[in-house]
Amino acid sequence: MKKNYETVFILTPVLSDDQMKDAVLKFIKVITDNKGEVINEEHWGLKKLAYSIEHKNTGFYHLLEFKAEPSLVSKLEIELRRDEKVMRFLTVAIDKHALIYNERRRKGAFNKKENKEETAKK
Amino acid sequence: MTLQNEPINNDQVLKKYCRFKKSGIKYIDYKDANFLLKFVNDQGKILPRRLTGTSLKFQRKVAQAVKRARHIAVLPYVADSLK
Repeated sequence: MKKNYETVFILTPVLSDDQMKDAVLKFIKVITDNKGEVINEEHWGLKKLAYSIEHKNTGFYHLLEFKAEPSLVSKLEIELRRDEKVMRFLTVAIDKHALIYNERRRKGAFNKKENKEETAKK
Repeated sequence: MTLQNEPINNDQVLKKYCRFKKSGIKYIDYKDANFLLKFVNDQGKILPRRLTGTSLKFQRKVAQAVKRARHIAVLPYVADSLK
């Protein structure tokens, strides 16, 4: 039974553009090869880290929202662990409230100048 | 803390409410830094329920979201002047 997951991973900033692109494509391929389905893909680009990881203060942030069999997550994480370009990653299961939130977020319900009241309107 | 025999001026003691229940937020996103900053003091520590007044259920969600945000370097583990 397919469940929803969301993975955020950070790539080292010392990558060239195409190295970064094919790293991301590699992970998407891991998902699609094992009958997973990528719902949304976000690239926040180069962002400053709150603390230094591996002596670096910036990193490329990527977000993958996908639907997959639970067994696929361990495969994906092995892949993420093996790749040394990935500094850090976090895979999270998405429950129904998070699902609604993500859909509203994709539709831009939480635009830049949102405040608490606006995000709350469910 | 107010002492027993200390006169409490009523306007100070406001009825605290859980902002999540009141505004109907169901999910706290760990990626949204400026929303999480409201629940963290300027050293980066999670604010206790007695100050924010949030209910236990949402305090746990806030704590989990802050810890996840710290893991992916959205929030610092320790900071001197965060705000």
